[in-house]
Amino acid sequence: MSDKSSLLEARGIGKAFLGITALDAVDFTLERGEIHALLGENGAGKSTLIKILTGVYSRDHGTMRLEGAEVTPASVAEAQSLGIGTVYQEVNLLENLTVAENLFLGRQPRRFGLIDRGEMRRRSKALLQRYGLDIDVDALLSSYSVAVRQIVAIARAVDLSGKVLVLDEPTASLDAHEVEMLFSVLRRLREQGLGIIIITHFLNQVYAVADRVTVLRNGRLVGTRKLAELPRLELISMMLGRELQHITREHQAQEETVASTTEAPIRFSGYGKRGSVAPFDLDIRPGEVVGVAGLLGSGRTETAFLLFGIDRADSGTATVDNRQVAISSPEAAIANGFGFCPEERKADGIIGDFSVADNIALAVQARQGWAKPISSREKAALAESFLKSLDIRPADPNRQMKFLSGGNQQKAILARWLATEPRLLILDEPTRGIDIGAHAEILKMVEKLCADGMSLVVISSELEELTAIAHRVIVLSDRKHIAELKGEQVTADNIMQAIAAPARTEAA
Amino acid sequence: MIHTRNLPFVTTLGIFVIAYALCVLQFPNMLSTRVIGNLLTDNAFLGIAAVGMTFVILSGGIDLSIGSVIAFTSVFVAVLVGSLGVHPLVAFAAVLVISTLFGSLMGAMIRYLGIPPFVVTLAGMFLARGAAYLISTESVPISHEMIDAIQGFYFRFPGGGRLTALAMLMLLVFIVGAFIAGRTRFGANVYAIGGSQQSAELMGVPVGSTTVGIYALSGFLSGLAGIAYTLYTSSGYSLATVGVELDAIAAVVIGGTLLTGGVGLVAGTFIGILIQGLIQTYIVFDGTLSSWWTKIVIGILLFVFIVLQRGIIWYSNRRLAEGRLKEI
Repeated sequence: MSDKSSLLEARGIGKAFLGITALDAVDFTLERGEIHALLGENGAGKSTLIKILTGVYSRDHGTMRLEGAEVTPASVAEAQSLGIGTVYQEVNLLENLTVAENLFLGRQPRRFGLIDRGEMRRRSKALLQRYGLDIDVDALLSSYSVAVRQIVAIARAVDLSGKVLVLDEPTASLDAHEVEMLFSVLRRLREQGLGIIIITHFLNQVYAVADRVTVLRNGRLVGTRKLAELPRLELISMMLGRELQHITREHQAQEETVASTTEAPIRFSGYGKRGSVAPFDLDIRPGEVVGVAGLLGSGRTETAFLLFGIDRADSGTATVDNRQVAISSPEAAIANGFGFCPEERKADGIIGDFSVADNIALAVQARQGWAKPISSREKAALAESFLKSLDIRPADPNRQMKFLSGGNQQKAILARWLATEPRLLILDEPTRGIDIGAHAEILKMVEKLCADGMSLVVISSELEELTAIAHRVIVLSDRKHIAELKGEQVTADNIMQAIAAPARTEAA
Repeated sequence: MIHTRNLPFVTTLGIFVIAYALCVLQFPNMLSTRVIGNLLTDNAFLGIAAVGMTFVILSGGIDLSIGSVIAFTSVFVAVLVGSLGVHPLVAFAAVLVISTLFGSLMGAMIRYLGIPPFVVTLAGMFLARGAAYLISTESVPISHEMIDAIQGFYFRFPGGGRLTALAMLMLLVFIVGAFIAGRTRFGANVYAIGGSQQSAELMGVPVGSTTVGIYALSGFLSGLAGIAYTLYTSSGYSLATVGVELDAIAAVVIGGTLLTGGVGLVAGTFIGILIQGLIQTYIVFDGTLSSWWTKIVIGILLFVFIVLQRGIIWYSNRRLAEGRLKEI
């Protein structure tokens, strides 16, 4: 390469959606012949950054240089022609077309204006052979495994662009052998001088394949480091945004009162589901907040899905008040007095077109059964009381849910479950994407509910949040419950140590 | 080995061959070039329209305006030629331009206003039918030496059958249609959009111009079908060809094209047309059956094919899942 400039250099990239900052002055540099991992929890801004680099979004601030020349790709096609190709996790190719058709869609070799299928077949074969793939290119893409499709997608992207390759969670649905196959392809491309950006949340894979890592958090750059010089624990602390330091808990007196001497009325033992979460034991006592910590993809949400019956456990038992129960569906979970606020508020939690009152009444209605509708007067009374007690704004029960802010939507979902007077409430990332004021209010509410004797399971990637409210913290890694921290042990430091622990055994 | 992709087409072909063989067993006369020639001529306008419909359905859309556009075209041509004395070629050119523009407009609304094809083409259906009534509510006879010449032109098969100009036009449309679908970038883009519009867009397919092109093509072929219909009946009538779009959809689906888009062949639609024609011919030969039996048999066939398509999707998904399990 003649010039000394980096392959891709982004400076001070900023982006806001509807006034909410998604990326704030992020720098990112990609060298030739480098595999660069991009890490961060959900909402950290990874995908926003990638979408800006690949022309899906336009940036509000900052500059972007490709081989020293300033570029502003306005579309995926333009980024592609500049040399930046992307492979998305799922939606990347067309399953109804053949492998060859996918490789050459939009640039089929032609003779006399008609597509030359023979030539297309030959070129496809030659192209894939460079990736060590010898397959029937005239077979439908859907007849091949995800790994093969992934490689076909990479082959197309590299053939089209040839400078920068962006991989968005390429390994999410691959097994270990397929991951290795994919990585050997990536290493070969690195040798050819390509710059590769890989988004993943599997730390082992980051260490296995990447040269450098850039960590984002809450839309800001945490840092870019060489992986060879970066201990795993430090990487985790970068991701979770917590300096390594010993902090003392503020409300230790409190958890002493929740002495573990009392018999737990809600018990899960050997509870698990193959391919989702390894079997775990969990006792939940009244007035107790159980925190669930772990990195993205460690099985946090899957644990919640199991507890609430969204996924069916294939091993273990659940006991409520010494009575064995089958939590085979959310309905059964509700019947046992459970409630669940999901992480994906917009997709799983709210019904945007329904009014606030209807949304609040939903779970009560579900518990009563559809045969006994709640009268509109009851519904109004219910909504009225919660709008007041949770301070949901605007205090208009007839407002459509989608017009509320994130924090108020979250409160309305809480209200929905509180209306059923649950004994166990599971909160998955209750404070994600809401402003600081509402954040504090929700945490305060959690403490109050627990003081009233309710049990809570809180899943969060905010360690400070967990250490502030949880009496116990379950730590997850690689879809296993690997540690349980109690009382004084509940510190951000200990949680990170626990998450990093498996790496040490691997390294040894 | 047959790829699962072509399974519906092969099934259709099999059904046609078996059905034809059964018909011939009962009425040996059905195996004559005369019957085949008539079958092609009688279904020429439907076949031409069905080619356009094939592209629309392959892209995951639907075009309900076809029957109305055919009626509009036939009335428009009949009035221009029959009442106003315009030369047929000028009239043909004029309606083809109008119907193509009409189709492009619908395509543009579907793409750029994000309105579902069902709604847009439903509106197009009423609009074209209304415009046909506006021109004339009565049947307009048409007579011109050129039209007579076209109607009188045919090749004679051995055995007395006639390959008429209309039948040749339809065959030509099918051949060109098959080339466009299978051997041009436009055709590949149609399949891509039908597979997944989002993925196609991410892969750089010009979804906008392709969508407009698909409905323009369907509009053009509806206009051409209208001309064929005018030549076939020597008249234009605004009440004619009600529901022809549904016959065309039936031919496309029986021909093995997935209603969800992305999978299918123009050749399959040809077989679909032949099967419909075969049923009609059988009813004529039998002489005692009500012609409504055509609809009943088509209905049954449609059910069979939709179930078959579901079955194929279910089967290939299961196989995929099993393959994945094995890998794990």
